[in-house]
Amino acid sequence: MTEVMEKDGLETARPDTEAVSQIVIENVWKVFGRDPKRVLGKNYRNLSKDEVQEKTGCIIGMRNINLEIKKGEFYILMGLSGSGKSTLIRNLIRLVNPTSGTIKVNGKNLTTMSHEQLLDFRRNNFGMVFQHYGLLPHLTVLDNAAYGLKVKGIPKGERYAKAMTTLETVGLKGWEDYYPGSLSGGMQQRVGLARALANDPEILLMDEPFSGLDPLIRRQMQDELVELQDKLQKTIVFVTHDLHEALKLGDRIAILRNGEVVQIGTPEEIVTQPADDYVQEFVRDASPAKVLTAGSIMEPAKELLYAWEGPKTALTLLNSKKRRAAFVVNKAHELLGVTGIKDLEKLLASEVKHRTIPASAIRKVTSVLPDTILEDLFPIVSQNQYPIPVVDEKNRLQGVVTTDQIFESISPPEEDEAAAEAETETETKAKAKAKSDEGGLV
Amino acid sequence: MINFPDLVTIPLAAWIDAAMSWLLRNMDGFFEVIGFIILQVVLGFEGLFLFVPWFIWIPLIGLAGWKLVGRWRTGLMFMIMLFLIGAFGYWEMAMLTLSLVIASVFFSLLIGIPFGILMARNDRAESILKPILDGMQTMPSFVYLIPALMFFGMGKVPAMFATIIYAVPPVIRLTNVGIRTVDVEAVEASKAFGATSRQVLFDVQLPLAKPSIMVGINQTTMMALAMVVIGSMIGARGLGMEVLLAINRIEVGRGFEAGMTIVFLAIIIDRITYSFSERNKKDLR
Repeated sequence: MTEVMEKDGLETARPDTEAVSQIVIENVWKVFGRDPKRVLGKNYRNLSKDEVQEKTGCIIGMRNINLEIKKGEFYILMGLSGSGKSTLIRNLIRLVNPTSGTIKVNGKNLTTMSHEQLLDFRRNNFGMVFQHYGLLPHLTVLDNAAYGLKVKGIPKGERYAKAMTTLETVGLKGWEDYYPGSLSGGMQQRVGLARALANDPEILLMDEPFSGLDPLIRRQMQDELVELQDKLQKTIVFVTHDLHEALKLGDRIAILRNGEVVQIGTPEEIVTQPADDYVQEFVRDASPAKVLTAGSIMEPAKELLYAWEGPKTALTLLNSKKRRAAFVVNKAHELLGVTGIKDLEKLLASEVKHRTIPASAIRKVTSVLPDTILEDLFPIVSQNQYPIPVVDEKNRLQGVVTTDQIFESISPPEEDEAAAEAETETETKAKAKAKSDEGGLV
Repeated sequence: MINFPDLVTIPLAAWIDAAMSWLLRNMDGFFEVIGFIILQVVLGFEGLFLFVPWFIWIPLIGLAGWKLVGRWRTGLMFMIMLFLIGAFGYWEMAMLTLSLVIASVFFSLLIGIPFGILMARNDRAESILKPILDGMQTMPSFVYLIPALMFFGMGKVPAMFATIIYAVPPVIRLTNVGIRTVDVEAVEASKAFGATSRQVLFDVQLPLAKPSIMVGINQTTMMALAMVVIGSMIGARGLGMEVLLAINRIEVGRGFEAGMTIVFLAIIIDRITYSFSERNKKDLR
């Protein structure tokens, strides 16, 4: 019931919201064809893509795109082919020049830069990974990885040393003297990644990097990328048409259609609140277990025992509520574990008197962080008889997730139910709003 | 039948003649310099080819056939062919022809590859050059002999001039195609890392276009060989001259020997230059 409120709470808690915007895209248009500027005039500006194509012969690649990508963010551009996502990522380093609008990176306007400035900017700020790898087949893996450094004019010894380090990072140690042609697709893409990382760029642009790989390798590469990103904390702009990939990797996702941004949101928002039918269609097959987090479905713990209240109070409380066990927290609201009626009775039967519930009477339980996805809760549920406690980084209890809640939230709603649910959801929202207002008053 | 009206005439021939005579009168020094350079290069190759004796040439080409084309039988075949050329008594003639061909190819590449690059990088240049190249290739090869003769008189230089013009289109065309068909992402990757257009050209486009350029070189060489033979009509000494003499004197046997010699040269040159393009393709795979 309090889902909405909690989500809002979580969002403000996201560490990257305070981060500075690194890439700002404002009112960017890209029109392909003869004399593209005229399409931006008021005669054609508001016509649909097809109408414009019929009347002017021009093709709208991107229509009035506005995006803000934060430092350290893993940002996904998603859409079907022809949606403008590849054009957009190329715009970010002006491999394709926008017809109008501005693109700012670190506060510098790329659209007004001279050619020399632009080359310099590309060398120092960006690394790019391509769908078909874009490797140079006549160079060895090492020379390929060192290519960006070579362009920069870094001497041979130094660039090879750096390239070797990045090759090691992507797991290609020992392959440096091979030619790309003798490597598998996954390994070639690792070379592509190593080449992009060798420059140590702030921003990594990835244009469908894993689309050409078979599913097993793709998943493995995704996992490794997540791991790598944990370590490196780059700003990543990642183009994909694969929803699962987007949900798995992205901090935020922008969905494009016909050159327009349809929705921007976190994976969870995209799946749970699709902006329109198009997005709805996109996310239909998405498993909520992969996007919903423990934090989003947890409820406040119904009964809590406070360690400092002592075993007797605890026992009385459990008995009066007809519960067999409950979580125990200390004064800082840190989770200590779980204790049951039997534990407490045993404790009271013994000679020693306790003023607080001692550690010996508390059993350890597995807890999870709020951003754990439901899929990762399954193994815990299967070996655990208690609800799963959700704690923050400082081990403070935030709420609990029960098995019922998990299954309820991942079971696909039936058609009729969905409609009914939508109704109740608006109600819930209204209620939640009322509640938060009340909260404000208190 | 109604005749085309006599009143409508475009005196193109007269204009061209006028232009030519203007060029001859005013650009005399220019053509002298060009002719001098061409002559020095061809004489250099002649000197080299005639300086190296036959007993070094034959095993050398045999080795090239074995190592470059890939089979020892090809090497053996090359050696037999060269031996036959010597046995026909055409060794010196063959070397003269070969030096003309190689010198012409040298100039063709010097002109053709930059033009090919220009064409690949500039759409307007392509749209201008393409019909010119088409025209050059469909023009009967004899036609080139006329201006060549007018600019440079008789001898090796006009023959080479005509050969260069005749042989240059394939290498321009295939350089252009080669660069244009280079993997788009490889070029984009290079640009994405901030490469200057020169870096893109030398790091990516030319190396990846190499197989295509090599095919161009192969075709240019074969066309040069064909044209050099025709060039003998304006006084370039070589195998073509022998064929011409044989025709004039109706000496079938002599003509056949000279003809075979040309064929042998063609086969050897073709196989060796073709092997370069194949080898590059393998590297790039």
